[in-house]
Amino acid sequence: MEEELNNNPKNSRRQFLKKGLIAGAGVAMGSGLIAAYVDASAAETGEKVKVLTTDGEIMEVDRGLLKLPRVSREESHKGIPGRKFVMVIDLGKCKNARKCVEACQKGHHLPQSQEFIKVYLLQDSEKTSPYWFPKPCFHCDNPLCVSVCPVGATYKRTDGIVLIDNERCIGCKFCMTGCPYSTRVFAWKHYPEFDEDKEPYSPEASSPGKEGTVSKCDFCPDLIRVGKIPYCASACPMGVIYFGDVDEDTVTNGTETFQFSKLISDRAGYRYLETLGTRPCVYYLPPVERQFEVDRGFGDLDETIKDRYKDTPYSKKNKP
Amino acid sequence: MELEPKNPLRDFSPQLEKTSIQGYVWIVFLLAVIGLGAYAFFEQLFKGHEVTGMRDNVVWGVYIVNFIFFMGISYAGALISGTLHLFKTAWRKPIIRMAEFITIIALLIGPCFILLCIGRLDKLHYLVFFGRIQSPITWDVIAITTDIFGCFIFLYLSLLRDLAVLRDYELLQLPNWRKKLYKVLALGYTGTPEQQKRLNRATDIMAAMVISIAIIVYSVLAWIFSVTLQPGWHSTIFGPYFVIAAVYSGSAVLIICMWVFRKVYHLEAYITQKHFVAVGLIMLVLAAFFGYFTFSDYLTKWYGSEKNDELLIQLLFKEFYWPFIISNYIGVLLPLLVVGIKKFRTIGNITLTAIVVVIALWLNRYLIVVPTLESPYLPIQDARPEWLNYTATWVEWSLTAAGVAIFCLLFTLASKFITIVPVTGVAGEEKKEEVLL
Repeated sequence: MEEELNNNPKNSRRQFLKKGLIAGAGVAMGSGLIAAYVDASAAETGEKVKVLTTDGEIMEVDRGLLKLPRVSREESHKGIPGRKFVMVIDLGKCKNARKCVEACQKGHHLPQSQEFIKVYLLQDSEKTSPYWFPKPCFHCDNPLCVSVCPVGATYKRTDGIVLIDNERCIGCKFCMTGCPYSTRVFAWKHYPEFDEDKEPYSPEASSPGKEGTVSKCDFCPDLIRVGKIPYCASACPMGVIYFGDVDEDTVTNGTETFQFSKLISDRAGYRYLETLGTRPCVYYLPPVERQFEVDRGFGDLDETIKDRYKDTPYSKKNKP
Repeated sequence: MELEPKNPLRDFSPQLEKTSIQGYVWIVFLLAVIGLGAYAFFEQLFKGHEVTGMRDNVVWGVYIVNFIFFMGISYAGALISGTLHLFKTAWRKPIIRMAEFITIIALLIGPCFILLCIGRLDKLHYLVFFGRIQSPITWDVIAITTDIFGCFIFLYLSLLRDLAVLRDYELLQLPNWRKKLYKVLALGYTGTPEQQKRLNRATDIMAAMVISIAIIVYSVLAWIFSVTLQPGWHSTIFGPYFVIAAVYSGSAVLIICMWVFRKVYHLEAYITQKHFVAVGLIMLVLAAFFGYFTFSDYLTKWYGSEKNDELLIQLLFKEFYWPFIISNYIGVLLPLLVVGIKKFRTIGNITLTAIVVVIALWLNRYLIVVPTLESPYLPIQDARPEWLNYTATWVEWSLTAAGVAIFCLLFTLASKFITIVPVTGVAGEEKKEEVLL
């Protein structure tokens, strides 16, 4: 397998995506590049995981030694070579368990009041069915937030990811009004959660956060580099969120893997507010063949979370 | 100097030489308001923007409203003084300096309010170091900087003749440093034909430039909103609409200034009802234009009733009912009635109308900014009331009051430094000046 990886990088990436997104066993490879991803003080476990370096090479390191790579700010502008990321969200399966929100907040060291992924209760019109709508950043191919930024603090990478560099951000919030999807959040003060993260800042990790700057969902490129899918996708108990690569034509939620183009065409995938011309990289599968009643989404939630939905047309209609 | 025999400065020198008790009380009061604003500013600086009413949906609040408002009256001053100058309007003399002061003072205050919206003031220089020309904010930075320089030059050119008179007037009882300052600032102007010719040419060029810069700057400001996709902002009419609204608000502020200085410095002989009616008529025409643009903007949104436009208009007519009525009905109709009907055209009525217009236009900007941000494409689903609806906090109101106080203070100080009515070419000198121009 090592031979195959080295001789045919393109194929190797496909292999990697199919097998490797869920970290698989393999053969160790020695390289200085690995150093960036390895915490030397940690103990080895003997289990190897595959790692994608900034050059698009695949490396394997011991799981016990692995820490999430924090690439430099300069490096974070480049994007992972040869990749184009995409997300597919299956609305038929979402029951507002909010595990995606919690995992994302934990992974990015966010306070309760900042959500990179939000779950809405939407109902397109009076007679149509309500549904739960998880909304990350759409990482648009025509991102207005990037166009309006006066200092280049937010940028579109070659792999399709839109990131924010909070060292550059001046906090003018123009991008927040530019985004038609209310995706971006602002640090209105210094939250204690920011201090939990002791690693140096990298736009790829969107952490530690910084008061007076804008941040948002980043598609977790630091996880992608170590062959994982974003926090939200792996945390979802229903497997609602699929993550993958358009060029590889593959998406996975960690347990199921689909051919992206076939999934979109078979299940009538669409992009939210297509008319705005922002060309999102997040696709939705319509809320058909539901696995849950909409009301299940109110299940075990905190009262404060339930309160969010009390003014929606659906909740008002069903009030006793 | 040619003015020596009957120097009009004699009438105006008391306002430069002495400050009354009331004058000092007024200045101390303004300083107190500014002090409160400074306290609020540090509160925001140290505790973060959380002390404001702004949250993730309404990311811009009263600050940006004040920014548009002050920039508006500034451009209006430029447009009015520039236009009156170019058309050589005879009655402009006693009020043109006020218009120029409005321009420059408001122009210094306006941008401060946008700075209050900025999360990281420590990185402000990035706007220059890393400026991207694609961003409308960069357009704004370039345009406003140009405007400040242009307006300063225009103001200075128009002050030159008076500075020379102040320098040459022996009887002026002022400390020596003030006299020296006048001497330096007058740049050796003595009024020779060559100097007159050059000064007039330069003033003409700057007047034309100030008018065009003002239009560009206010359009750019409007585009900050209209280049986004937000319902209510994404409108092609916003550029000219903002320009008209700006001049409209400025004409009203000019009337208020005329009234105040007429009372305080007893300028009844110089600023007469004729002037109020003349500026009032400018205000009337602008009111009609403003009403037309407002109607046109909301009519098209309402008639087509795209889902989000419809939600926005519902919001305007429900939660923002009174501000909407005041800004877009009363603010349009009142000047039409008061100035339009001859028997209502008293100085008091015109001034009261102007005050209503200023309030209406501030509310108009509020209604452009806040309701749109409260009705995004994806409905705001939040349990926290302050995240659902924007309400300005004491910090924002204090800084707003401080902005107004700085405006008043700078205006007061400016009128202490140089006569608020140009002394060259008032009263009997009018004819002579016309020939020179």
